[in-house]
Amino acid sequence: MTVQELPGAAAYRPTPPPAWKPITDPAPLLPDPEPYRVLGTDAVADVDPELLLRLHAELVRGRRYNAQATALTKQGRLAVYPSSTGQEACEIAAALVLEERDWLFPSYRDTLAAVARGLDPVEALTLLRGDRHTGYDPREHRIAPLCTPLATQLPHAVGLAHAARLKGDDVVALAMVGDGGTSEGDFHEALNFAAVWKAPVVFFVQNNGFAISVPLAKQTAAPSLAHKAVGYGMPGRLVDGNDAAAVHQVLSEAVARARRGEGPTLVEAVTYRMEAHTNADDATRYRVDSEVEAWKAHDPVRLLERELTERGLLDDTGIEQAKEAAERMAAALRDRMNADPELAPMDLFTHVYAEQTSQLREQATALRAELDAEQDHDEHGPEAGR
Amino acid sequence: MTTAAVTADGRPVKAKPATMAQALGRALRDSMAEDPTVHVLGEDVGTLGGVFRITDGLAEEFGDDRCTDTPLAEAGILGAAVGMAMYGLRPVVEMQFDAFAYPAFEQLMSHVAKMRNRTGGAMPLPITVRVPYGGGIGGVEHHSDSSEAYYMATPGLHVVTPATVDDAYGLLRESIASDDPVVFLEPKRLYWSKADWSPEAPAAVEPIGRAVVRRPGRSATLITYGPSLPVCMEAAEAALAEGWDLEVVDLRSLVPFDDETVAASVRRTGRAVVVHESPGFGGPGGEIAARITERCFHHLEAPVLRVAGFDIPYPPPMLERHHLPGVDRVLDAVARLQWEADS
Ligand SMILES: Cc1ncc(C[n+]2csc(CCOP(=O)(O)OP(=O)(O)O)c2C)c(N)n1
Repeated sequence: MTVQELPGAAAYRPTPPPAWKPITDPAPLLPDPEPYRVLGTDAVADVDPELLLRLHAELVRGRRYNAQATALTKQGRLAVYPSSTGQEACEIAAALVLEERDWLFPSYRDTLAAVARGLDPVEALTLLRGDRHTGYDPREHRIAPLCTPLATQLPHAVGLAHAARLKGDDVVALAMVGDGGTSEGDFHEALNFAAVWKAPVVFFVQNNGFAISVPLAKQTAAPSLAHKAVGYGMPGRLVDGNDAAAVHQVLSEAVARARRGEGPTLVEAVTYRMEAHTNADDATRYRVDSEVEAWKAHDPVRLLERELTERGLLDDTGIEQAKEAAERMAAALRDRMNADPELAPMDLFTHVYAEQTSQLREQATALRAELDAEQDHDEHGPEAGR
Repeated sequence: MTTAAVTADGRPVKAKPATMAQALGRALRDSMAEDPTVHVLGEDVGTLGGVFRITDGLAEEFGDDRCTDTPLAEAGILGAAVGMAMYGLRPVVEMQFDAFAYPAFEQLMSHVAKMRNRTGGAMPLPITVRVPYGGGIGGVEHHSDSSEAYYMATPGLHVVTPATVDDAYGLLRESIASDDPVVFLEPKRLYWSKADWSPEAPAAVEPIGRAVVRRPGRSATLITYGPSLPVCMEAAEAALAEGWDLEVVDLRSLVPFDDETVAASVRRTGRAVVVHESPGFGGPGGEIAARITERCFHHLEAPVLRVAGFDIPYPPPMLERHHLPGVDRVLDAVARLQWEADS
């Protein structure tokens, strides 16, 4: 028996394959040698002051959120928290450039981006609190689940953006990844797919200098992470990740380009992780204080505050107001997180399959009995039911 | 189970010999025709129609956007399918060969299997991953793995494998329609097996999750699936000469597992042999034997036996006949069930 016997095999004459066009001049794809900046440059004159003020308020709130969440780990209210302090400009810009219909694909560090996009601050923490994996409906907020396995959410962003385009929907996906994550195979496969499919995706690398303890120099030999774009046939952009206005502008352009149907962009934001990898990590083992101090001078909140105050757009009262708003948010978060979450052990079995298998039904029955016995014991003491 | 063959407008249809490959292709075609959200993607699935020609004609009929030749990257293919499913499509992914699905394992284990659970039911992923599997076609290395145990061990996935032409069509249609991810294992060496079949009026089959008694018997039960079903059927015929009347159960679905049908059969016969190609150690047979023992201990006249492939990397083609469980090995196992003839 051979395949020739199958129907249609002889009849189908394929259309000639599309010609592969080599890019003779990669220059338009290449990132500029220096990260793009707006704050403190002439370019800032073109930025809407309202946007700068909004970015400022969000950055202040974001920083407070990070501090509050880290404090919650110390009180045992969160299992773990990977802080994005120092990276708030990236987080906030990522959230603010997207339209409601667009999708955000965050990594585990990007809680702040999800919150800035409008997700309930408590729902955004359910994964890190440990009561549920994803505390929200991704479709409702158009935020994919915070992704723990590195870079694996990037092909999802490509597939989703591709599907949206096939359906004729004007939707862009913005996918976030760390510098370490760019070494993963999924990063490369996602970029290649996106470029070949011309999918409306923006890949956003937050290069914060370290992957846990491993510095960028041990991660890659590339001139920059943005340079990686060229090999896939998409533009790479390098931006100062602590300059909120610059990140917002570069991401906005990339999103607009995707929306126009011109395909994906890789944006690398050069930033710095001011805290340890997570609350569980000891950063003194792999980095020196002088480096951290140097980056403090380039703090995203301070950069923006300096710009706004120098231009007379923000005064001490304004700064105070932003801080107070952030305090209110933190207090509310603290209060709500101090309540024990209601856990439903039987939920263990409810969302494995659409319909429980007989195996799961048996296990659910067994757990139900254990729980009943526990409750009996709690209510009536050890002699109950004997 | 088999319905009388009539077309939609009631005309009788004559069933003609068809291969499992044809039935699978037809299932894809019919699913795509019925549901515009069904998309096929994979390596060489478009112009070529797949290396086994299962997707033949789909690109021509439905266009490149619905039957897509992807870049050569299994994690990327399945990862993209995840995103497509998140946006409401029903992707059907073709993995070219069993051993070439391994690069996609992370997507399968970490995302495909878990998305419904992670999102508390908010985001089910209706993805079908078609994997040609198993040996017996003379493939060189990396072309004949039996990877079912890995998939079975991953909660959140359905694992389905047809052994007949009717099931190939029916189970694939159901897999594509399922709101849960299904790993659809296609026994390579049965691709060209034939049966009378009519695409206009395919037989109704039992749904995913039910095992089927392919041959009733009294003396012992052979429990098997996919590529080993024809072996067991042949063994059952041969066993008649020894006076053994073997029942053959075709599992059809490894997850969910049909404990009921299996246990009912073993309670009737009192003896059981599990037969599969994949290595025995850590393989499906151990799990099945344990389940039978837990349910049927007092009905068993003998320990549950396993006839499986050796615990070796898949052998080169010139030696594979020694590795694959054949009729003789099945009959030897049956003999080892400490027969008490006709007692
Ligand atoms: C596939 C995978 N391998 C390993 C890990 C463990 N891990 C968690 S975070 C991390 C470092 C990631 O660094 P980077 O991508 O730079 O992101 P950052 O944490 O700096 O935001 C590692 C190795 C993981 N989550 N996923």
